[in-house]
Amino acid sequence: MTDETEEIETVEHVSGTGIPVRGNDIDTDQIIPARFMKVVTFDGLGQFAFHDQRFTEDDEPKDHPFNEEQFRDASVLVVNANFGCGSSREHAPQALKRWGIDAVVGESFAEIFAGNCLALGIPTVTADPEQIETLQRYVEENPDAEISVDVEEETVTYGAPDDETTEIDATVDDAQRKALVEGVWDTTALLKSNAETVAETARSLPYVETGSAETGTAETETGEEAE
Amino acid sequence: MSERTLYDKVWDRHKVTELPTGQDQLFVGLHLIHEVTSPQAFGMLRERDLEVAYPERTHATVDHIVPTEDRDRPYEGAAEEMMAELEENVRDAGIDFSSPDTGNQGIVHVIGPEQGLTQPGMTVVCGDSHTSTHGAFGALAFGIGTSQIRDVLATGTVAMEKKDVRQIRVTGDLGDCVEAKDVILQIIRKLGTDGGVGYVYEYAGDAIEDLDVEGRMSICNMSIEGGARAGYVNPDETTYEWLEDTDAFRDDPDKFEELKPYWESIRSDPDADYDDEVVIDGDDLEPMVTWGTTPGQGVGVTEPIPDPTDLPEDKRDTARRAQDHMGVEPGETMEGYPIDVAFLGSCTNARLPDLRRAARLVAGREVHDDVRAMVVPGSQRVKAAAEEEGLDEVFEEAGFDWRGAGCSMCLGMNPDQLEGDEACASSSNRNFVGRQGSKDGKTVLMNPRMVAAAAIEGEVTDARQLPETEVADSEVEA
Ligand code: SF4
Repeated sequence: MTDETEEIETVEHVSGTGIPVRGNDIDTDQIIPARFMKVVTFDGLGQFAFHDQRFTEDDEPKDHPFNEEQFRDASVLVVNANFGCGSSREHAPQALKRWGIDAVVGESFAEIFAGNCLALGIPTVTADPEQIETLQRYVEENPDAEISVDVEEETVTYGAPDDETTEIDATVDDAQRKALVEGVWDTTALLKSNAETVAETARSLPYVETGSAETGTAETETGEEAE
Repeated sequence: MSERTLYDKVWDRHKVTELPTGQDQLFVGLHLIHEVTSPQAFGMLRERDLEVAYPERTHATVDHIVPTEDRDRPYEGAAEEMMAELEENVRDAGIDFSSPDTGNQGIVHVIGPEQGLTQPGMTVVCGDSHTSTHGAFGALAFGIGTSQIRDVLATGTVAMEKKDVRQIRVTGDLGDCVEAKDVILQIIRKLGTDGGVGYVYEYAGDAIEDLDVEGRMSICNMSIEGGARAGYVNPDETTYEWLEDTDAFRDDPDKFEELKPYWESIRSDPDADYDDEVVIDGDDLEPMVTWGTTPGQGVGVTEPIPDPTDLPEDKRDTARRAQDHMGVEPGETMEGYPIDVAFLGSCTNARLPDLRRAARLVAGREVHDDVRAMVVPGSQRVKAAAEEEGLDEVFEEAGFDWRGAGCSMCLGMNPDQLEGDEACASSSNRNFVGRQGSKDGKTVLMNPRMVAAAAIEGEVTDARQLPETEVADSEVEA
């Protein structure tokens, strides 16, 4: 996150080769086991993506798409239903992103996971189970083929250039689409621009005591009791 | 779209504006932070030279990584680094911190309510999916990701889309040894682990209203396990009684009286519109246990484990894999499933009433020779209150470890972990593979009394078969 700037990119489409990870209800504990979360930055999390699915107790590699050389450069992850359920850890999409994933296509996603992906500019695109199944098979057979995710048009296109390409009618959540396409997925700047209305809303709430809340400015006094 | 529900009312009161994304900007009434998900957010703030906008609406604690046994500093390895980072962040920003040496430390979803930080009609967020717990007070509470934590720190607000509201009415009376935990496990089994996606759950009905606040927290806690990002119970006299006795109002009865009309006003109207309604029969429930690796894979303790082929097609594969992992057979019940570890703790079930009920069953009995059993109170205050009642002695005499407050064996981020393929009877909320620190470990979720029964018998046991001993009457107050 060191090169983050106030300039927000738009994400209209993502393309790259695909990688399938099969199974419903793949939770964030599987995507990034909790023991790898003992960190204060997200750097280097990529190598631990799906760690326990990929390695045995003795760190021997197991059968897993993330271990296969042919998928090493993939950027479009294709998954099944309820992907990313469980813990809200942003470490999960961070690990995927740092491994190289730029978009996830699947049957359905857990909400917090999808929100966390959005915050990183990773679209989570849904399509019918049959279409996902077909796409996963296609990716397995054609690890070098390009998958193209069009966020604005809500389509996923694949197929060798000379062959006939297949276009999936996909769905991108409305708010997510807007945020990605218009480049407002980095919400901090957006939210900050309304500081005055925020203070007004705060004042209107019976439980908010008037004081520094009115100004919304930070108190940087050291709290002794915070030791 | 729902109308006149608590969700609608609290949402409207906190809405700052509609954003160009179509989402709403919501003011955050209470932002809770802990050591695992906040350091990156503070880091992002520093990179952008931003300050914490509403430090007085923010409260911190440490729970996931703290050791529950040897609590001397420095903690081991990365835990110390995370703790130090949190200390520095809260000091710089002037954020109240319930640190271990205040005696107020504990699991974030235990300390917020017990200090009266969580109140009805508030928006509560935390970088933790079980933030839904705070909905038990009629707050609108949901877990957020690290980038959203950054947003809340920097602006006191969060961008959100409004959800649909599903009212889940639990009717009837809960039977012997049937607890809030069993209700929510049944709800998730019925509606699925993703049944709540796109919804906020409103829990209502006699069985919910009859629960104490702690029971309501157990239910709201696991809303997220059913896919719902938030769940709530309308505030009522039970809620107010609890609040009156918290730090927020104990010495300020005027403030209490001042806020009560607001709390009353945000209750769902009797004629509120819901997007969906579900009824669960509470009379019918028995203590639940999970047989698989998602919280939706549960059955009544005397009920047979389902055959994957009898399940909906999309659930079969997961069920087969889960049964394989757990080493269970369809057609059998979970009763008699051997247990190596008993864990009584977590933000679902580590509050005083949970410990009391378990202690009554434990009193006068002994933990099975092959079981290592531990009680991990949800907070330092819960621990102190339990010790005042002598519950620590009841547990220790029976052979339980009595630990310091924290998340402990709920997840593998601190020294309390399963080893190898140990099977754990757990009062926590997640039985995912690897959750308790060993990827071959097996977790069976159940209510605290069932955990106590499993600890004593060394296997999954119907707690109704273990009547309270006479010792329980004399040693443990009701
Ligand atoms: S007790 Fe478990 S579920 Fe609750 S906050 Fe801690 S780790 Fe999360």
